[in-house]
Amino acid sequence: MTIAPSARRKSGGKTERAELLSPRELQGIIETVLRLAKSTGAAETEVHVDEVADALTRFANNGIHQNVFERVVTVSIRAATGGRTARATTNRLDEDSLRATIEASLSLAHSRPRDPRLLAMPGKQRYHTVSRFVRATAAVTPEDRARAVRIACDLAARKGQVAAGIFSSGMSQTAVGNSRGLFAAYNETHSQFSITMQEDPAASWAKADSPDVRDIRPQKLAKRAGEKAHLAVKTKELAPGRHTVILEPAAVLDLVGFLFYDFAATAVQDQRSCLNHRMGKQLFGKNISIVDDVFHPLQKGAPFDGEGIPRQKVLLVDKGVPKDLVYSRTSAKAARKKPTGHGFALPNEYGEAPMNLVFIGGDSSVEKMVASTDRGLLVTRLWYIREVDPYEKVMTGMTRDGLFLVENGKVTSAVKNFRFNQSLIDMLKNVELMTPAARTTGEESFEMVVPAMKVRDFHFSEVTKF
Amino acid sequence: MWDLCTNALDTAKLHGASYGDVRAMHLRQRDLTAKNGQVGTLAQSESIGIGVRVLASGAWGFASTDRLTRESVAACAAQAVAIAKASALAKRSKVVLAPEKAYVDSWQSPFRKDPFEIPLETQLALLLAADGEMRKVKGVTLTETNMQFRKIDSWFESSIGSRIHQRKVISGCGIAATSFQGGEIQKRSYPNSFGGQHALEGYELVESLGLMKQAERVAEEAAALHAAAPCPEKFGTLILAGNQLGLQIHESIGHPIELDRVLGQEANFAGTSFLTLDQLNKLKYASTIVNVVADARLDHGRGLGTFAYDDEGVPAQCTDIIKEGKFRGYLSNRETAHLIGLDRSSGTMRTESWNRLPIIRMTNVSLLPGSWDYDDLLADTPDGILMDTNRSWSIDDRRYQFQFSTEVGWEIKGGKKVRMLKNPSYSGITTEFWNSCDAICKFDDWTLWGTPNCGKGQPMQTMGTGHGAAPARFRNVRIGTAFSKQ
Repeated sequence: MTIAPSARRKSGGKTERAELLSPRELQGIIETVLRLAKSTGAAETEVHVDEVADALTRFANNGIHQNVFERVVTVSIRAATGGRTARATTNRLDEDSLRATIEASLSLAHSRPRDPRLLAMPGKQRYHTVSRFVRATAAVTPEDRARAVRIACDLAARKGQVAAGIFSSGMSQTAVGNSRGLFAAYNETHSQFSITMQEDPAASWAKADSPDVRDIRPQKLAKRAGEKAHLAVKTKELAPGRHTVILEPAAVLDLVGFLFYDFAATAVQDQRSCLNHRMGKQLFGKNISIVDDVFHPLQKGAPFDGEGIPRQKVLLVDKGVPKDLVYSRTSAKAARKKPTGHGFALPNEYGEAPMNLVFIGGDSSVEKMVASTDRGLLVTRLWYIREVDPYEKVMTGMTRDGLFLVENGKVTSAVKNFRFNQSLIDMLKNVELMTPAARTTGEESFEMVVPAMKVRDFHFSEVTKF
Repeated sequence: MWDLCTNALDTAKLHGASYGDVRAMHLRQRDLTAKNGQVGTLAQSESIGIGVRVLASGAWGFASTDRLTRESVAACAAQAVAIAKASALAKRSKVVLAPEKAYVDSWQSPFRKDPFEIPLETQLALLLAADGEMRKVKGVTLTETNMQFRKIDSWFESSIGSRIHQRKVISGCGIAATSFQGGEIQKRSYPNSFGGQHALEGYELVESLGLMKQAERVAEEAAALHAAAPCPEKFGTLILAGNQLGLQIHESIGHPIELDRVLGQEANFAGTSFLTLDQLNKLKYASTIVNVVADARLDHGRGLGTFAYDDEGVPAQCTDIIKEGKFRGYLSNRETAHLIGLDRSSGTMRTESWNRLPIIRMTNVSLLPGSWDYDDLLADTPDGILMDTNRSWSIDDRRYQFQFSTEVGWEIKGGKKVRMLKNPSYSGITTEFWNSCDAICKFDDWTLWGTPNCGKGQPMQTMGTGHGAAPARFRNVRIGTAFSKQ
């Protein structure tokens, strides 16, 4: 018997669009699983239901070349019995499939040794509500995206440039419930516009992300990327070495995003975090403070974790001193702390992570940073960032899509791209100025709230051909 | 499944599609990990659904659904056509597909032991036993082991009459030991980092690895690295172990030859390529001993890039990429083949799942074996550094400048490995590096390595690719920059 309705669709412009399952339908799936699980012998059962309805229009060479839509509902079931637990996941929603998935999770659990750390599932929790579902975003059609893309591509063509990028929109929801009465649900919308403008041999890039598509300004982003690409056509080659850099927010995001797992209590317990033996010490500059805050108005994501524990706001770094970590229930018990609501769905080996980093920014601006710089480099974006040294947190990567020389307070020319090998710890000791933090999107880290930064002695090790 | 596929194609045609193809897929996966003597992840999953790709008004549209009723699939097909018509509002030129024959076929990748039929207790017992061996070694602070198994059924039907069923069984396994001492984290992995070896094989892959024999050595090397000398900074002779060379091929040959990158279709995310169309058959990519192919055929081996047909219904092929050092070929699809003068796709369209559009992907991009015995290669190297097992990797968005570091290095003096080096790294410019290759080992030391985590496309897709490699030697390479204090 099919318990979830077939996709309900309603007319919305020329093409149809999907609606998410209603809260009642979502809860109905969870209740069905919990009812079926009672007859399988599982002592405890947890159910996650995740649904996405996403569309993405992709363009290159000034035209759309890919245009996709997907709709997926997954049901993930964790059975626990006798100190053993395991997970099984399906996207088939009929009762036979759900029963088979429950039995699979139970069978997996029976096959493993007892886990002495396994805790009983949590009971009912209280949640702060957070609303990030915007009807205007849910209503976006392929024609809407195509028209916006066409405007950007036409702008490129008029300037003798070539545009490539994406315009995506969609909605998702997640719910978790368990046999001890816990239930939590959350939905949100999302939209992104990313554009690379190419003017041979240069390119530049701009991107925006918001739950509200009305915050996305494709034409403005195209114009900004186009102007920077034009500025970057003629490049000079500088010698590698230590330079003052002005990192635009996307460059900051994609770098500091690599710090997030170091703040997991499990990473510290496993001795693979750069914060081992460094908690409570002056590690970064006194102007660096970081919180994890899912409720921040510029953040997104569910206000509960993989076990349904409410997320807490956590002060991770206070004036350069690492103050606290985030904890799942398991790592909290091991450390005799309270869980902070950051655990991943069980069972897993990674524990938890802060997913909603917010940097406390400054009061400068990129323009002021440029004006205050005798000689330095303005960095649009970084690329292919990877960890070289996990304890000193040395990262390598490339500059990309617009690297500019600043001399005597002005941008004077574009320069060829550099490779960097830079310790994030040292970088966050050397921050001279920051802008107010803004919701930022890049290509290597998930979205966070970060400022632009002016940083001294940033280490570029080699130069590439363009 | 075939009824649903046909239903989707019929509906697409009815709504105005001039071409359509449909992929129904059923993916099953099992993930097992252990850490520090305890089971970590223990999960299995399945995903089933259908993706419909159409050409209408000269433009592409794609829609997917996991509701496998006739009504939902028909709605999905109609939606794909509507999306294609929206694409036409901003199309640049009409899509033209290279001709291809229609195929009706069924194929299953060969395996000896179905990993889903092996008792979980057996699999977990092996992981925990290997974990236990590593934890016996003093100085080891974190031990990790993993297995991953996938079984993928796909039903492909296209409006030119193809109807192809394929079943692939994929296995992966690896172990790793980490040591934190004195403000330094060191790690060793086997048989490769980031999850070990992955191949189009059954459980026989896991059994072939000999985890229990390797666990102690892996752990001892992780602990010993703290006392090892640091890799020097210099220009010198570099020997790469096969597992590191596999990733070098992936990044500095495999990605630049993707024709969608070359044509600017990936400019916004994955990047472009230095291999512009004027370079074909002209560029001296590498030294004359270097021969590289993109080979998806089973004859090449059971790699992550092995199949019978790609996800556009084109049979698996072997394409010369570099022949005696000269650049000879790209990875193409039916849409782009004509742009490089081909009358047929090279068969490299691959999709992660039913809800993703197929895109140009590496198959098995492999360096063919050379003529050297490994012992002779070492003996012939008076002064060099051998680097083994990747630790970090990075390359610019046009694939010129790269930097890799590995878990361990070995100093070669007078033709012998004389001591361990920690924090090894090397960097360079792609064509300069490959032109400096002066020795490649024989087939006896050649392995078809699996890279299971190649990300590309928007929305992002993760794909497994294969890279055959034997140890090889490179001259005058820049070494040690990543850890430079300057």
